[in-house]
Amino acid sequence: MMTAKQYAASVEREDFVLANRHDLGVDKVYGSQSFWRDALGRFVKNKGAVFGLVMIVLIVIMAFAGPALSGYDYRTQDMAQRNLPPHVAGWESVPFFSGVSTDYSSGTPVRTDMYELKGIRDVTHIFGTDALGRDQFARVWTGTRVSLYVALVAILIDTFIGMSFGLVSGYFGGRVDFFLQRIVEILSTIPTTVIVTLLIVVMKPGLASITIALMITEWIGMSRVTRAQTLRLKEQEFVLASRTLGESTPAIIFREILPNIFGQIIVMCMMTIPNAIFTEAFLAFIGLGIPAPLASLGSLISDGFKSMTMYPFLVAWPVIVLALLMLSFNLMADGLRDAFDPKMKEM
Amino acid sequence: MLKYIAKRVMISVITILIILAALFTMLHSMPGSPFNDEKITEVQRANLEAKYGLDQPLPVQFGNYLKAMLTGDFGVSYVIQKNMPISELLRARIPVSIRIGLQAVILGSVIGLLMGILAALKRNSPIDTSATVISVIGVAFPSYVFAMAMSYFIGFRLGWLPLLYSTTEAMRSTVMPTISLSFFSMATVARFARTEMVDVMGSDYMLLADSKGISSFRLLGVHGLRNALIPIVTVLAPLTVELMTGSLVVEQIFAIPGIGSLLVSAIQFNDYNVVLAVVFVYSVMFIAVMLAVDILYGVIDPRIRLAKEDG
Repeated sequence: MMTAKQYAASVEREDFVLANRHDLGVDKVYGSQSFWRDALGRFVKNKGAVFGLVMIVLIVIMAFAGPALSGYDYRTQDMAQRNLPPHVAGWESVPFFSGVSTDYSSGTPVRTDMYELKGIRDVTHIFGTDALGRDQFARVWTGTRVSLYVALVAILIDTFIGMSFGLVSGYFGGRVDFFLQRIVEILSTIPTTVIVTLLIVVMKPGLASITIALMITEWIGMSRVTRAQTLRLKEQEFVLASRTLGESTPAIIFREILPNIFGQIIVMCMMTIPNAIFTEAFLAFIGLGIPAPLASLGSLISDGFKSMTMYPFLVAWPVIVLALLMLSFNLMADGLRDAFDPKMKEM
Repeated sequence: MLKYIAKRVMISVITILIILAALFTMLHSMPGSPFNDEKITEVQRANLEAKYGLDQPLPVQFGNYLKAMLTGDFGVSYVIQKNMPISELLRARIPVSIRIGLQAVILGSVIGLLMGILAALKRNSPIDTSATVISVIGVAFPSYVFAMAMSYFIGFRLGWLPLLYSTTEAMRSTVMPTISLSFFSMATVARFARTEMVDVMGSDYMLLADSKGISSFRLLGVHGLRNALIPIVTVLAPLTVELMTGSLVVEQIFAIPGIGSLLVSAIQFNDYNVVLAVVFVYSVMFIAVMLAVDILYGVIDPRIRLAKEDG
């Protein structure tokens, strides 16, 4: 028999588990941190977000260094080297870079070493070559620049148009707000696809018209968030205080309100980027992208798709890069949202 | 409530008018006239213009245009099928697109709901993690990535399903397009269902229902799911948008004779009449869905209605 004392000694703290409440957490006490440090800490802990950030950095580096690395440029045609499969000289045993093309159209796969056949074993085309003999590696990374340019444009549009629109509409309120909100309401009722398609049909396809199309459609989300935040903040005491002290309206907007909604603005920017990249790729796919010989990921996918059954590698690489880019921006946007504003998570 | 609905309907009508005005302006700013044949004399041209109402003042022309568009008279196609009335072109194609769109929404929502609920019930388990990964991928990848991958591997290499749409095998032909379009719905619904379900499961009334000792089936089905389902209506609007853009590309990939592929070929062949007609049909469909969603919100959740009445 155990005495009560022995029994008490044999009981461990671990023997007690809260029943059925797996969601209970233990409170931790944190030292005080600045807003930015706090957000940074949360961001770094998010594996997906860090992966996204690393991938984006890698893709940006490749977009600028890639074409030079391949030793080719995106526009030089070589009719002797058309539709060659991916090949790296010396990597004959590596599955996807062996330079062997497989023809499945007859039912049984027929393998041919295209580089052997042409007697150019020492030539390297990392992603192969397209129907005009242009190096696909150089074209893919040059095309990625277009997507990155679009991402940059999206950020500029968000901050310049979306943010100012939301700030003005939210801060001034009244008749200004009513008028601006009707514009937003009507614009958001017209499907983006329709606006963008019509615009490009009227103008010539190209980077300029894609930029204008994005300018009309991509700022609405940002203006909504900024307006809502401004409405919330402008009633608070610190704004009232600086107004009482005789601060000018621009100073109140830029020095009091803007710094307090910066987190949300960054998050919204990041969320617009994948949308903008997708819009460009989509336009390119339906034939409204930037004209040849320039390339974007969308136009490469669209061209490659036409010969997908014969030369799947032509469409595979741009699709992989685009998918990675979209995924990374999405992951990073999610991570930033959770970092800056955990409450926004469920939006 | 009536005031709210009236306001929503008003905005939709105004939007349609604005779209029509934009289309009309585009039609007039297009270079060239159908009658700039050198063999036509001035008198003949005047007669032709009178016949087609082109001699009337612009507002009257706009009125006629409105009447024609709203009654479904979109003119004739110039390039794709010469002199074929566009309304007939559309009549054959709209059902195909709607069928695939509906199939995709239904498939996506059912699987998405199941995924979301499972993930919420088994929180922080491998099921939850994989559901999250799948939904991030589903939201991030454009639907044509799935469409192309499936069409290459399943359609071409394995030969299980038709690579291109054929009317003789309509059911089997729609399998791959439906699945590739459904990824986005699935991912969005799964994300949303998980959040809602987690919220509902933690609420006091669920604890009460559980402590009353009702079966877990009733607990989940009657008390949990019904409350979790309400806010999922919110996803409908982004889903329609995604389905519309998605269908443009996916119809192109599988050569489906729907309105999406009609728009793409109309753009490529510069068949402006068809472009404008399809754009109009798209807008009306989109606006109708938005209106329905807005009114549904108002019916389901009075808080939203009140907030919007104020704003």
